[in-house]
Amino acid sequence: MENQDKVKQMNGSGVKPGLAAEPTMRAQGKSEKVRDVAPADHRTPKAKSRGVNVYYGAKQALFSIDLDIFENEVTALIGPSGCGKSTFLRCLNRMNDVIDICRVEGKIEIDGDDIYSSGLDVVQLRERVGMVFQKPNPFPKSIYDNIAYGPRIHGLAEGKADMDEIVETSLTKAGLWNEVKERLHDPGTGLSGGQQQRLCIARAISVSPEVILMDEPCSALDPIATAHIEDLMFELKENYTIVIVTHSMQQAARVSQRTGFFHLGELVEVGKTEQIFQNPVDQRTQDYITGRFG
Amino acid sequence: MALAATAFALLVFSSFIIGQSRARASAGSSGLKLHSLPNYHGCYVALWAGVPALLILLLWLALEPVFLRSIVLDTIPERTASMSEQQLSVLFSEIQNKADGAFGITAADESLTRAIDSYKSLKRTSHFAMLAVFFSVCVLCLLFARSRIAPAFTARHAVEKAFNAFLFLSSLIAILTTIGIVCSLIFESIRFFQLVPFTDFVFGAKWSPQTAMRADQVASEGAFGAVPLFVGTILIAFIAMCVATPVGLFAAVYLAEYASKRTRVVAKPILEILAGIPTVVYGFFAALTVAPYVKDTAEALGLAASSESALAAGLVMGIMIIPFISSLSDDVINAVPQSLRDGSYAMGATKSETIKQVIVPAALPGIVGAVLLAISRAVGETMIVVMAAGLAANLTANPLSNVTTVTVQIVTILVGDQEFDSAKTLSAFALGLMLFFVTLLLNVIALRIVKKYREKYD
Repeated sequence: MENQDKVKQMNGSGVKPGLAAEPTMRAQGKSEKVRDVAPADHRTPKAKSRGVNVYYGAKQALFSIDLDIFENEVTALIGPSGCGKSTFLRCLNRMNDVIDICRVEGKIEIDGDDIYSSGLDVVQLRERVGMVFQKPNPFPKSIYDNIAYGPRIHGLAEGKADMDEIVETSLTKAGLWNEVKERLHDPGTGLSGGQQQRLCIARAISVSPEVILMDEPCSALDPIATAHIEDLMFELKENYTIVIVTHSMQQAARVSQRTGFFHLGELVEVGKTEQIFQNPVDQRTQDYITGRFG
Repeated sequence: MALAATAFALLVFSSFIIGQSRARASAGSSGLKLHSLPNYHGCYVALWAGVPALLILLLWLALEPVFLRSIVLDTIPERTASMSEQQLSVLFSEIQNKADGAFGITAADESLTRAIDSYKSLKRTSHFAMLAVFFSVCVLCLLFARSRIAPAFTARHAVEKAFNAFLFLSSLIAILTTIGIVCSLIFESIRFFQLVPFTDFVFGAKWSPQTAMRADQVASEGAFGAVPLFVGTILIAFIAMCVATPVGLFAAVYLAEYASKRTRVVAKPILEILAGIPTVVYGFFAALTVAPYVKDTAEALGLAASSESALAAGLVMGIMIIPFISSLSDDVINAVPQSLRDGSYAMGATKSETIKQVIVPAALPGIVGAVLLAISRAVGETMIVVMAAGLAANLTANPLSNVTTVTVQIVTILVGDQEFDSAKTLSAFALGLMLFFVTLLLNVIALRIVKKYREKYD
């Protein structure tokens, strides 16, 4: 009943239910059990950022971000466009290294390892921290080769049988196996948008990462495919730590246990999702979630 | 003539103004809203003033010589009565030349002078008549178009249709020219194959096109086996591609993926300058620098080499082709979406793994297209081969011996005096036709490959 109230409150406070109303109910139903065992904040965080500043050339994009990410939880990062939430996400697997003019200051630790220390191998970091992008980006290869890509790079499979198993497990975990098992050697680009995104999730989990970063994974998908992916996140968080950037506040409310609100490069507020959506401390958070700006 | 052209330009321009102002006036007086903008009315009138008159001008210029010829030749029936069609043509061009004063008006007999005079006066009359008709058509059409202008007149549609027709004509010209060239190749080749059997040409292993021009001349029978030429062409093109494909592709990968922005800005244009060097310059580079070097090196290694070799020509041709491959491949590699690179990096792939396993496969159709285009270029290249590979039609796969190619033989056959009914001259057309089919085949294969392996990124 508590969940129902939450939905009511959210609707009452100006968040549009829109098309996603039906998946909301489903997601809520599933979340009940999980929320009861939600880890308390005194646990050691899986990933920890302290005083992270990011600059694009002379322009500062993030200001002193302190954020903890806990294991087996979905952490949602919300905020208006250009607020730095994707930039922060990309700091966690050093994808910002690809951008020449980008400079990162501060400390980010995963399991106590400083990921920006000079001795760290980016290849190993990215094996531990997978990523799913806004637009589905399967490689122009077969479905099988898309999944086998990571295991091949990291030498995770001992032979064909081993690789077949990795492919099957990854696809099964991503809820795609039954749809594609008959056509594993068809191009991955031939799948529908939602299937492509699940393929990308399967690709990300093929190397058994500890953390999965999702950068607006549903913004290019229709509501049904979105519901699919959201259900998937519920299952995946049993085994993985998930950080998701989203523009949809309903989505953040549905899938996440913790939510961080970014605004103009600052982390304004972070806390349990229901607390952020029901009793935000900061006025800006209040304004954003009630739709007054953004 | 310049005066007439200026007058015509002014007329067309003023007709635009007339149409425009007439449209404005008609809208103003009737109080109705114009269907089309005044500019469209202006264009409409200008098109009517210009196009029909120009068409008539073209028609006139095409038909004038025909009429002039029959009229002028009729003035001297006593000379023309017994002449054949060819003699008539010669006579008429003589009259034309003398009338234009090309060779001075010497040694003209009475009847010829009469014909020349009549030609001159007719020509003058025709000229004035042409201008008169031209400008009257121009003005009449202008007036007609002007009379049609009314607020409800759909000038925009008319102008759009005219524009459409203009574009259609442009593409038609390109297509008809191609068809014309192919037809001329085919007809001349048919004449050739009446003299030399088709199988001898396609499968013959000896090429020696020297035939006797006069009955008493000592010359060989003439052998028209095209195989040595095609083998030579393939050999040189193969050597060229062996140089150009890897170098061009690696250069493209470096430029697209590794080079800093600054390097790229400098390096890419320099590489493209290679494509701007005239092939004849490459030719003497090949003949004077590379060929002797190849010969010396080969002899130092104890191999027999001629001073002109397929290897020298192929190497230099390969260098010439590098920018084709590198520039096109660079473009297709850049067109691979960043999201694919991100996806690969996010899986923990290094830069070179990403290039090998994602970027190059994704860009492969474009790269194959670039390579096939370069092959067409290599097959059609002439100058370097003339200068560096020689003229001897040797049937060999040895890159150190001198060979010749199809294009080179076409050049040597058609340089200098020739008679257009000998097998030697006609063989150039047959070679051209075969070369055309080979290149066409390459292009078709290229298109098929590109289509088959095209990956949709989105």
